[in-house]
Amino acid sequence: MNLDLRIPMGMMFSIAGAVLFAFGLATRTRAELYSRSFGINVDLWWGLGLLMFGIILVGMGRRGQGRIEARKQGGALQKKTKKR
Amino acid sequence: MPNLAAVDWMIVLVYFFFAIAIGISLRQFIANSGDYLLAGRALPAWICGLAMVGASLGSIEMLGMGAAGARYGAASASFFGLGSIVPLVFAALFVVPAYYGSKARSVPDYLRLRFDAKTRTANAALFLLGAVVYAALSLYVMARVGAALGLFDMMFRAQTLGSRGVSLLSVVIPAAFVLIFVLLGGFGATMYAQVMQFFVIVAGLLPVVLMGLKQIGGWGAMKASFSAAAHTGAGAPASGVGAPALAAGLGFVLTAGYWCTDFSLLQATFAAENADAARRAPLIAAAARVLLPFLLVVPGVIALGLPTPHTTEVTHTDNGAIYHEIDVVPRAAEQGQGLIPARTDSIAEPAAGNILRDAKGHPLLDYEMATANLLPFNLPTGLLGLGIAVLLACLVGGVSSRIAAVSAVFTYDLYEPWRSKGNDGAREQESKDPSLAVARWAVVGASILAAGLACAMLSVHNMPGLLDLLALTFAVLNAPLLATVLLGIFWKRATGNGAFAGLLAGVAAALLHYGVTLPAGETRGVAGGWITVLHHPPSGLRQNLGTALCAILVNVLVTVIVSLLTAPPPAARLAGTLGAPSFSQLHREKGGKRRSGYIAVALDLNPAALAGIVLLAAIAVSLIFL
Repeated sequence: MNLDLRIPMGMMFSIAGAVLFAFGLATRTRAELYSRSFGINVDLWWGLGLLMFGIILVGMGRRGQGRIEARKQGGALQKKTKKR
Repeated sequence: MPNLAAVDWMIVLVYFFFAIAIGISLRQFIANSGDYLLAGRALPAWICGLAMVGASLGSIEMLGMGAAGARYGAASASFFGLGSIVPLVFAALFVVPAYYGSKARSVPDYLRLRFDAKTRTANAALFLLGAVVYAALSLYVMARVGAALGLFDMMFRAQTLGSRGVSLLSVVIPAAFVLIFVLLGGFGATMYAQVMQFFVIVAGLLPVVLMGLKQIGGWGAMKASFSAAAHTGAGAPASGVGAPALAAGLGFVLTAGYWCTDFSLLQATFAAENADAARRAPLIAAAARVLLPFLLVVPGVIALGLPTPHTTEVTHTDNGAIYHEIDVVPRAAEQGQGLIPARTDSIAEPAAGNILRDAKGHPLLDYEMATANLLPFNLPTGLLGLGIAVLLACLVGGVSSRIAAVSAVFTYDLYEPWRSKGNDGAREQESKDPSLAVARWAVVGASILAAGLACAMLSVHNMPGLLDLLALTFAVLNAPLLATVLLGIFWKRATGNGAFAGLLAGVAAALLHYGVTLPAGETRGVAGGWITVLHHPPSGLRQNLGTALCAILVNVLVTVIVSLLTAPPPAARLAGTLGAPSFSQLHREKGGKRRSGYIAVALDLNPAALAGIVLLAAIAVSLIFL
């Protein structure tokens, strides 16, 4: 497959994380919302974590995608050198 | 009832959007049926391994593991841990290399190469049956959970649909979603969605477990709360499994059949880029599964241990006015234990039905709701969306893996042999790959069948526990196949006629055993005893263990006898299919290409060393749970 999975997956986690983070930021004064989580604004912190995870994944995926493209272009050449 | 806010739905939709987007972007790479059904056989080991994990964590397993935690305690985590990791390591060392090395395209295809066409056809037919039933069960259980949580109420109630209409829609909509993205992206999209599912499970359930542990007062308090709940009447766990040793035996027989022969799990290894990646995939899956019981079993134990909700009435005066605050809890929840409600006879509206009771008058508990009920209890708005995404991702992962596998087996093992038999000449003239179209139609057909079956199940009132049902399909379909596959790999004298007779005899023996036994306290019908009742095993799991053992023993016996009576298989047939290439051989074939980076170095370890590390870690983790 010529698509590095880490790119779409990382994008998904970045967007989901960003949504959570923004929601946490917007509701940081509403204590009753976070009474279940002992007053910790888990949306904010977990969203931030997911955002970072997603960005790292996209970064890794970009590198991987670059390798896939390179292999596709040099594919014929590589096969020849392998045989030798 | 949780109130899903817009932000919750947004997070759920982000997951669904990317699953579809992957399907669309992979579409352009699909040129033939090999690209469609086996993702072009070009995927690295980590994707194959994590896709195996995703395929094995459908909604049934996901809710079932929470249910087992609530029913049998945290110790069942050891059962799930070792019960999946030991067979996975076995599959990585012996079974998967034999499949991949034989150049088969599916498990039935391997049986054709090793034995003959009729064994392949018999296995393919049985597999299709089992996979469609599994997909239907997954849809069914999620429709039940969706109804109980009121997930789809917001969307559909407005349109004056009855509760029955809502539960039918909650079957049809996920099925249609699976249909669309498998149709677009084929098995590649399925695998990508499963890898995503694995990470979504971790991201969504880790906060549930951590906060749940804090609510209940820590690890020790959780274990103590379970033994306390076990002694009170309502929660009395149906202790039919008995000694842990028996549970372990059950695990190995049933799960080995599952991990070594179920094509919907193993399809990911067939899609690996080379033999070395195929062999590493189950090891990576095993490593990923070491810590999963912590995320999947613990929520069930926590849900049982939390205080049971009751209808409360608080009266307080404020500036002379008297306020009554009444917090109404449905009767089913009040009669339950912890967050686990009592079972009722109404699926569409569980809170309104009559409570089902056992012979002693204790309410039966709806253990499958354990994990699902914990999500709205301890996740705040926002994270709740991520929790719901976990539930739906598991549903999609489990169903799509079966649909994709059905498509592959139907195309490779039923359609292609039929076509080459029927019209050899016409095949040459066709410029397009007809298998690709057939594979796509198989996806459509399987989705419609599964959704229809799930809708039919919604009207059955007396469904047995899900894990019991799942174990039953393993016992009837996978256990006999395990014997056939292992004899094929390790015993060179096994012949095609022997394997065919053994496979059918094994399935027949399993059905017979299931037909004459009935777990204590169940009524005849879906739970067993449909021929006559000769024996009452103490629990559904015991019954299934008996069924599986019966199937394996009869299969081995019949295969051996018939094989010895027929002519030995020719050496040419055995050349590529018997045994598995050794590690060092595979390692040498891979050549000197070394990758950089810590993770890559760890993955490049000799598979035997990797297997040893995973096993040690699994044992260590199960000791914590026991």
